[in-house]
Amino acid sequence: MSSPVRAWLLGLLPVALLALLAAVVVTTGLEDFLRRGVPPVEVLTFDRVTLAPNAIRAELVNGGPNPATVAQVMVDEAFWTFTVTPASEVGRLGRATVEIPYPWVRGEAHEIKVLTSSGLTFSHTIEVAAETPQLGLPFFAAFTAIGLYVGVIPVAVGLLWFPFLRYLERRWIHFALALTAGLLVFLGVDALHEALETAGRVAGAFQGTAVVLVGALGTLLGLQVASRRRLGVEGVERRRAVAYLIALGIGLHNLGEGLAIGAAYSLGEATLGAFLIVGFMLHNATEGLGIVAPIAQDRASIPTLVRLGLLAGGPTVIGAWVGGLAYSPLYATLFLSVGVGAIAQVVFALHRMVAQETDGAVWTPYTAGGVLAGLLVMYATGLLVAA
Amino acid sequence: MALNRREAIKRSALSVAGLAAVGGAQVRGSNVQSSHPSHDPGIAGAVGEVTDAGIDPHAFLETFDHGAVSRSPSDQVVRAFEIHAIDREIEVAPGVFYPAWTYNGQVPGPTLRATEGDLVRVNFTNLGTHPHTIHFHGIHAARMDGVFEVVGPGQSFVYEFTARPFGVHLYHCHSVPLKKHIAKGLYGAFIVDPRSARPAAREMVMVLNGFDTNFDSENEVYAANTVAFAYQRKPITVRRGELQRLYLVNVLEFDLVNSMHLHGNFFHVYRTGTALQPHDYTDTLMMCQGERHMIEFTYDDPGMFMFHAHQSEFTELGWMGMFNVVEAVA
Repeated sequence: MSSPVRAWLLGLLPVALLALLAAVVVTTGLEDFLRRGVPPVEVLTFDRVTLAPNAIRAELVNGGPNPATVAQVMVDEAFWTFTVTPASEVGRLGRATVEIPYPWVRGEAHEIKVLTSSGLTFSHTIEVAAETPQLGLPFFAAFTAIGLYVGVIPVAVGLLWFPFLRYLERRWIHFALALTAGLLVFLGVDALHEALETAGRVAGAFQGTAVVLVGALGTLLGLQVASRRRLGVEGVERRRAVAYLIALGIGLHNLGEGLAIGAAYSLGEATLGAFLIVGFMLHNATEGLGIVAPIAQDRASIPTLVRLGLLAGGPTVIGAWVGGLAYSPLYATLFLSVGVGAIAQVVFALHRMVAQETDGAVWTPYTAGGVLAGLLVMYATGLLVAA
Repeated sequence: MALNRREAIKRSALSVAGLAAVGGAQVRGSNVQSSHPSHDPGIAGAVGEVTDAGIDPHAFLETFDHGAVSRSPSDQVVRAFEIHAIDREIEVAPGVFYPAWTYNGQVPGPTLRATEGDLVRVNFTNLGTHPHTIHFHGIHAARMDGVFEVVGPGQSFVYEFTARPFGVHLYHCHSVPLKKHIAKGLYGAFIVDPRSARPAAREMVMVLNGFDTNFDSENEVYAANTVAFAYQRKPITVRRGELQRLYLVNVLEFDLVNSMHLHGNFFHVYRTGTALQPHDYTDTLMMCQGERHMIEFTYDDPGMFMFHAHQSEFTELGWMGMFNVVEAVA
């Protein structure tokens, strides 16, 4: 036997043994023995609930270890007529759509409860009932407007600091870069918190927390490898690469943000708060400042600035569309954690850039003060948003 | 802080949409409450049919177990009943199964019936997995009270007492935890007739109950005689002009109060069924846990008449039904 074949066989031996043991568990009734006669637990998760006039539609996911059967549906503590497709029995990792003809009341809260054949209940609360926007020109107009106001316009306004930055001394440039890092760390922690929170709503079998880990670390490592050549060079080109990376990181973060906004708006979780827009624009304008900080000492054409702005702000619009049309906790978790990874990578890149320009002596009063200032600016403008 | 920020984004989203609307864009459906609903708004009720409840609610309604009758040496009427405690899964709403503890495999247990002064002998065997008893409401000796003489799995006990006073009574398990043993289904109606028979009437029994299917100490399903909406999906036929006598027993757990409301009619109330003259004339009767009443009514007009708990929540969670009043029963 040649040694490569032998190596393969040795490598496959444990795999074959595992397959054999799995077959034994499945075929010999060992499962029933281990279950001790306790009935299987059913787990259903609400993925997306939408409203049309006199109709509620709920998409369910079975994230539990066993099949689950939708037996009855209650709305606001009343059994109600419904249909379920494709079948009332939902297999493991399977999906079902429940359609309920119900005279829901605009602006009020409603609770939907699914009763399974074993008598377990799974419920979902519609916080503020409003008709789910339908695909069409008005939908795109509204959700594009949302994305523009929340993402594109604030970033574009922030980019206007570019000419001002060119007058700054080198140590103040470093202050601006550190400030950028500070606000990115703030956004990263915010996104991580949101990702983990959303992960809690993901159907169990899809392991929301693991999705956060894989999404964030996968993005971080992927971007590290992908950008190593561009960041390896010196001077203008590297600084521009860093600017693009920041724009990308903020863009991915804004994608998750747009997703949350679009979903909240279309699924009736949003409530009114008129002046918050102003606070929100102040809050996000700092993102634009962060993008242009690395290229403050260089020339940048208008098209370059436009590209940076669109890369950072544009995804908000796309996120709003996707969130409005097809929100799911799983995808929201994934997008948010991708944003976390991208932001972490940008912070590393910024650190490396400043480290090279300062021969390793990164931490000066300017840089430390910059990071702190970045965090404080986000915190202070966040107070306006949180009102 | 991070949380606040995102929450604020959600809140601000509507404002943005408002701005969009000013800019000429209008979100479709923002004016949802049109006067002409585009879909059928649906109705309250369960979907599907119950096939494995352990009882047929319509048969149970008019079934009375008078026991095996014999005479004692002193010429007293003796009524012997066989009651077994059995664990059994029952279907309480279409497709919804509840792991019940039952008397004789059914919830409610059989409606036991005797005449005042009869000697009642109940041979009880516990075929279940937990200790049970039968606690009868009525006047009897302490050792026949079904509280301290706990009957373990596989064990038996004979309850013996004279049926008194006449009225609508109740029997249920009194093992601890008490709430659990009642909620699981160990109860039934016990009717004691007066020595002088009441006027002829069509007689029915309804045991008002509920089921906590997910064990959170709240009922998911409510019913008269176990099966949610049973008498709504298949109304009870009533002959016009015929006196209807309905024995009501409330054994609902977790909710403090239940009630009976009759549509298009009023009824005479005989509280706990212990008098020959009515106490009240009403169309809505409140009942505490364990409370029983006998009501009598006659429909003068044909048609479909609803009856239900006036706790609207219970109504829409299963405790509702219909009397279909007809000229003559086929």
